[in-house]
Amino acid sequence: MTTRPPKIGRDFLRPDAPAKAAGVEKYAVDHYGENLLWAGVRRAGVPHGLIRRVDAAAARSLPGVRAVLTGGDVPGTNRQGIVHKDQPVLCDAKVRYAGDPVALVLAADRETLRRALALIEVDIAPLPGVFTIDDALNHDAPRLHEDHPGGNALLQATIEAGDGAKALAECDVVVTETFTVPIQAHAFLETENGIARREEDGRIVIIVSTQAPFRDRWEVSHALGLPMDGIRVIAPYLGGGFGGKDGATVQCLLALAAMHADGRWVKMWWDREESFQAGYKRHAARLHYHLGAKADGTLHALHCRVYYDTGAYAHLGGEVMALGMEHAGGPYRIPHTRIEGWCLYTNNPVAGAMRGFGVMQVSFAFESMMDILAARLRLDPLEIRRKNALRVGDRNSAGVLMTSSTGIGACLDAIADHPLWKDRAVWKAAAGPNKRRGVGLAAVFNAMGYGRGLPDTAVAKLEITPTGRFVVYSGVADMGQGNATAFVQIAGAALNQEEGMIDLVQPDTDRTLPSGSAAASRTTYTYGNALIRACQDMRRRILGRASMLLLVDRLEDLGLLPGRVRHPATGREIPLAMLAATLTTPERFCVYQYLMPVVPDPPATGKAFKIGFPHLLFSYGCHLALVEADELTGETTVRDYLAVTEAGRILNPQTSVQQVQGAIAQGIGYALHEDLQVEGGIVQTDDLGKYIIPTALDLPDIRAVFAQAYEETGPFGMKGLGEVASNGPLPAIANALADAGAARIFRSPLTPERVLASLQQGPGM
Amino acid sequence: MTVQFNLNGRRIALDVDPDRRAVDILREELGLTGTKEGCGAGECGACTILVDGVNRLSCLMLAAQLSGREITTIEGLSREGGTHPLPEAFVKHGAVQCGFCTPGMILGAAALLQENPAPTRDEIRRGISGNLCRCTGYQKIVDAVAEAARAIQEGEPSS
Repeated sequence: MTTRPPKIGRDFLRPDAPAKAAGVEKYAVDHYGENLLWAGVRRAGVPHGLIRRVDAAAARSLPGVRAVLTGGDVPGTNRQGIVHKDQPVLCDAKVRYAGDPVALVLAADRETLRRALALIEVDIAPLPGVFTIDDALNHDAPRLHEDHPGGNALLQATIEAGDGAKALAECDVVVTETFTVPIQAHAFLETENGIARREEDGRIVIIVSTQAPFRDRWEVSHALGLPMDGIRVIAPYLGGGFGGKDGATVQCLLALAAMHADGRWVKMWWDREESFQAGYKRHAARLHYHLGAKADGTLHALHCRVYYDTGAYAHLGGEVMALGMEHAGGPYRIPHTRIEGWCLYTNNPVAGAMRGFGVMQVSFAFESMMDILAARLRLDPLEIRRKNALRVGDRNSAGVLMTSSTGIGACLDAIADHPLWKDRAVWKAAAGPNKRRGVGLAAVFNAMGYGRGLPDTAVAKLEITPTGRFVVYSGVADMGQGNATAFVQIAGAALNQEEGMIDLVQPDTDRTLPSGSAAASRTTYTYGNALIRACQDMRRRILGRASMLLLVDRLEDLGLLPGRVRHPATGREIPLAMLAATLTTPERFCVYQYLMPVVPDPPATGKAFKIGFPHLLFSYGCHLALVEADELTGETTVRDYLAVTEAGRILNPQTSVQQVQGAIAQGIGYALHEDLQVEGGIVQTDDLGKYIIPTALDLPDIRAVFAQAYEETGPFGMKGLGEVASNGPLPAIANALADAGAARIFRSPLTPERVLASLQQGPGM
Repeated sequence: MTVQFNLNGRRIALDVDPDRRAVDILREELGLTGTKEGCGAGECGACTILVDGVNRLSCLMLAAQLSGREITTIEGLSREGGTHPLPEAFVKHGAVQCGFCTPGMILGAAALLQENPAPTRDEIRRGISGNLCRCTGYQKIVDAVAEAARAIQEGEPSS
């Protein structure tokens, strides 16, 4: 622990790391409670059907079974969902995917729970399934949600700028391709879980691994018909989230269980298979692109149609696709665009938020298209990107004027100057026998914040304790990304106090204030902005009291120093412990709500988006992958990797590098291996032996560097960087394989089978 | 049955069902929740413990297999108020993000350094390849293990 106040821009060690490394940090899953009951759900097991009968008699009569509940036992609406309330807590009539819950069991121990779940007889009359994008587009397909006016299209939307698709006719060259990406699983190590209890006063307390505790309270309230103030949600540090815990997983089920547990704690903990079958996923997608340019490589027109498989329920599907569409043209100036999207219900697992939130899918398409276009025009792939890179004053492909830090050009320049790029020909020529080497680029961006229509806000709460310590009450969860670290660093710097004087309270709807979800690369930006202003208020309050105690006329004559206030002119000081003891309780707290700015004059397009379009701020990145493919096996190895990121000012280099390296690790997994296979609505890759995430042997050392920038609206000039780097690896590696002489691959992941076939096919465009 | 073993340097005897999993006994009976469970199938390494100094997966072990063994969990890695170079190096090098893999990763690394006190980066990567981390991309973990190895070699805690 440092003994001086933290400095912005310097490495600041994570205050949460020592307890985590010692094994003493209590995650949600580490909470048990005396006289615990275990809860679990029986899932449909079939992807689409009508419930005829759920017979729980045998399960109920099993000794140790406390209760078995079905759809009819759910009070309230029995519907959850962030934007559309279409997802039952327990299915009452129809099941729409194999992971749909049909019965909830409370039992004295895990073994009894397992046996009781197996004893429940579920009779479901199967309905024909909708399993692919083409199935869902078929007008004769069975409808998942009969009352949804769009049929199986959860959302159909269009973004248009300039003259739209007809400008393709004005281009000297048009390239047309189709890309396909699979489902990705978050595969956080702490699976979905929580523990809940009804207190004596009737309130339900839930300790849960969640990215959105305040929204959870609203979800539970709505679904179960409970008053909002009758629910308390506590969000300890998460064992990973990546978007998969942004939305109700166990919350409503646990609250329902707690209503039947007579005041006992109830624990629900999905096992790995259940997490694969029932947890949220990244959308599979198909992307049709027409990209047109002038002969000199100036981008002129883009027309694309994107299809996202959103699974059985709306969840955040429409918003995910909207963000993908907003990024469909890449970080480039394209004056004429038409971007059409279909977000489709299927009987597959529910797709939702995952790091990159719709953008990883389109990044594969647009960055592959840039290389294809460069090859067609015989232009250097870096130069064509530099030529078209967005600058302040340009409009992006969604028609939004770039008014703030827009650093893609600086990222591209940094790649151009780097030895890995300059010396690439030498590196490629040094490939060993039966190896092919290639070097690939990807220029990417990622919006920050919720976008228009959904106020992106945080309420910081800061306390000075009667003993002169400070407490930051964080309202936004830390799933591992390190926003809690940033809050301690920001408060320490803003108050000029040592880290050891600052405590941090993790989100708790009773103690902290609503600050939105841990999502959208927004946590440090939004809460940090609120916190700085709360610190400024606190500083003024402390100096104000010191002025009374030290008889100093002007606040500017006083200095707030670590643990004390000083009057430099006379050398007199008062310790914060003494000063704080004179403050009344209301004086000891400062609360500030920050509201993120939005695009002031949104373009008149994308009218189908209810919320979240467009965005004002983006972070940028340019990635360079040095890749080696084995001509005999098709196995692809990433030998070296450089990522240049522009995310405003870097507050903490160490945690920023953590985010970039981690995002790239997930991106390399997505590029090379990860493919959640679903057959007939049933997840086949349902354990970590079948669903392969990268091990330490599968990843190179990753060079993460940052382009200097300053975002005027950001706390100390920062922008969020949790997601942007995840978008680069797939297109960079695909481009590297093409550079190595393989035929272009349009379907990911880039498995050995596909790479081998494309190596044998040889160079194409 | 009664199972007796040494846990973090302390002799204990427990009356447990012999086919309960070791991870459940550690977490639920003994309250040692530093041992995590990520998959229950021996694929992620989060439940790693040391059995007679060797890394083992406690989700695949039954209570009876603890009998007579010397068991070290993350809570026991730093004994008698001292510190172990591995956790310190993990903190210093930013090898901890969500931290859920960290206890198992540290114990896996401890077993590696026991066997190979001066591993190369590639040997570290191979040594920890049975422990999955979804947050870090492993690079800072490799940095941390390399520094802890140096600190152990030099016989002093990392600074």
